[in-house]
Amino acid sequence: MDQPIIIEPITRIEGHGKISIHLAPNGEVADAKLHVTQFRGFETFCQGRPFAEMISLVERICGICPISHSLASAKACDDILGIRVPETAQKLRVLLNCGEFIQSHALSFFHLSGPDLILGMDAPAEKRNLFHMLQSHPEIAKDGIRLRQIGQQIIEGLTGKRIHPAWVVPGGVRTPLQEHERDTLLERLPEAQAILERAITLFIESLKKWQDEIEHFANFPTLFVALTNSSGQLEHVHGNLRCIDENGAILEQCQTAAAYQDIIGEASEQYSYLKSPFYIPRGYPAGMYRVGPAARLNVANGCPTPWAHTLWEQFRLFAQGPILSSFYNHFARLVEIVYCLETAEQLLQESNITSKHIRAHAQPNYHEGIGIVEAPRGTLIHHYNVNTDGLIERVNLIVATGNNNLAMNKGLVQVAKKWVKGSSLSEGAINRLQAVIRAFDPCLSCSTHAVRGPVTAIELLNYDGKLLDSI
Amino acid sequence: MTDHRLQNSVRQRHSLHPEDIVTLVIDGQQLTADPNDTLLTIAQAHNIHIPTLCFLEGISAYGGCRVCLVEVEGYGKLVPACLTHPAEGIIVRTQSPRVIEYRKKIVELLLSERNHICSVCVTNGHCELQQLASTLGITHIRYPGLFPSLAIDASNTRFIHDPNRCVLCSRCVRVCAEIEGAHTWDIIHRGIKSRVSADLNQPWKEAVTCTGCGKCVQACPTGALSEQGKAVGEMLKKRYTESTT
Ligand code: SF4
Ligand code: SF4
Ligand code: FES
Repeated sequence: MDQPIIIEPITRIEGHGKISIHLAPNGEVADAKLHVTQFRGFETFCQGRPFAEMISLVERICGICPISHSLASAKACDDILGIRVPETAQKLRVLLNCGEFIQSHALSFFHLSGPDLILGMDAPAEKRNLFHMLQSHPEIAKDGIRLRQIGQQIIEGLTGKRIHPAWVVPGGVRTPLQEHERDTLLERLPEAQAILERAITLFIESLKKWQDEIEHFANFPTLFVALTNSSGQLEHVHGNLRCIDENGAILEQCQTAAAYQDIIGEASEQYSYLKSPFYIPRGYPAGMYRVGPAARLNVANGCPTPWAHTLWEQFRLFAQGPILSSFYNHFARLVEIVYCLETAEQLLQESNITSKHIRAHAQPNYHEGIGIVEAPRGTLIHHYNVNTDGLIERVNLIVATGNNNLAMNKGLVQVAKKWVKGSSLSEGAINRLQAVIRAFDPCLSCSTHAVRGPVTAIELLNYDGKLLDSI
Repeated sequence: MTDHRLQNSVRQRHSLHPEDIVTLVIDGQQLTADPNDTLLTIAQAHNIHIPTLCFLEGISAYGGCRVCLVEVEGYGKLVPACLTHPAEGIIVRTQSPRVIEYRKKIVELLLSERNHICSVCVTNGHCELQQLASTLGITHIRYPGLFPSLAIDASNTRFIHDPNRCVLCSRCVRVCAEIEGAHTWDIIHRGIKSRVSADLNQPWKEAVTCTGCGKCVQACPTGALSEQGKAVGEMLKKRYTESTT
């Protein structure tokens, strides 16, 4: 009979989860699973609310990426209204998104993963945290804090608040960008660029240390899904979904948001509140795909801004074809921060960025709305149905962490097989199991918005995955 | 109170016969007043603040919310200032510990009765109930929330009625009946089941008496009545005086 080993809680990720590892009778790892034990229920309690409230309701799903939820929701609401959002509002939404990516990726790279990357996976747990980093590597820790602050200042400069700003509204945004705010934001960007230069050098120099991790951190072939712009380049807010296979061939190029339904299906498992989306033509679970920073760089033909494009070329040289090891998500995050800094700079210099024409008004004209954006952690889909009065009838949210669920579990198995030896867990094994999950930068708060049946806390499984016992 | 109302009240008092003037004490201040005034208007005329919720200047007083309760010395029960007329020599306290404690309980009960999640409400930041709770220093609610699941009426093309935010103050009912003369709204059922309803419980768009003037929306102190298409925090009520809290 399998013997499960439970690691709980997983630290330095957003939300609550636990991992179970199942040993075969001979003591070898048979299986490993991520259990998301947190339960939210957004899809149910939004029912019956006016659609215009959705943006702020869904912002509350998450304190790290509320902007992504608000943007996906706003796009779904625009779709229900059936209107064209004014150009300046489109640009301001993109600018807001840049602020969020900068702060969220800075948090992931410097604060959450930084201690592993800088201090080493085998360093004692009590030392692998930001506070210890502040003592041992103060310049890096401070860079991380400052970069995150600059991202948040973009959000604050636009909306007046750092989190849950309720600033994106159906048809546009609530308030225009003031000229003095634009000037202040522009002044801060060179400092952020300098931080990025240092971080990139540091990461490239440390790559040699991580060959084992690169090889075993969810390093397996999967499909990849992300938005791209009309030229197939990196895109976070607009554009359409593209899916590539493990060799980089384009399997799908969607032309509309609604086309996601033809390629993405959702399966549920007893062991987790997290749904498992899959690529429909390949079925479940074979249709496993990944989303997120590395997936976006794999899917895109390049980046629309120059420095980010050079870094993208460097990223693609890490391996032939799509980059399969999830370890490279760390580098991909840096590339995306650069892309956001460059995009922000371009947008802030545009003459109509301070225009007052920032919102279009209409009554609900359609019964269905779909909004897709790239959140820092990957593709985020909001799909609403409303009745004739504009009250929500059905909400379906497919979030980044959900998209990666199958791949995260497979990544866990891969790490467990390499590092878990015998029936006890070494510090290094625990760290790497948690770190492989962290490489996906999952957000369990976001991902468990849906109502499902009761979750089983600990389970014992036989080889076929049949439940033998549970508590 | 506006200057012009204050002047009116002073003018009225001067035109009264001395025998028709009462003297009273509110929060230690010796005052004279017209016995037809209420404790609330007398206090307001002398810049003594008594919080209110169901009271709205220009429509009849209703005395439903009990937020304006005050203490009258020698009288066992607390009395609503918006409905109580002064008697000769009474001593009134508007801020005694007992009064404050009652007010807090009342507002907490109002908050626990429906779904008041301000952060996602259209009147967040402009709501009289929220303002009241914050002025009273209510940081949590000691009663378990009932969290009813009440259907929203968004059938009217311009307005939304969300009973989940309603405090049954009946301002909408009174403004509609007394000012607009339409009397579209009424309160149906009893006790905890009470609801505001249009034209004997019709969807708003089918309420033939409704003229679409929107007075009820502007009079409503909370997010229960709002304009269509407003996102969170966007519903500002258009009134010539701001909240009376
Ligand atoms: S009606 Fe007022 S108190 Fe109730 S949720 Fe809205 S803002 Fe808060
Ligand atoms: S709808 Fe508004 S005005 Fe009418 S009773 Fe409810 S809270 Fe008062
Ligand atoms: S009872 Fe006096 S204001 Fe409501």
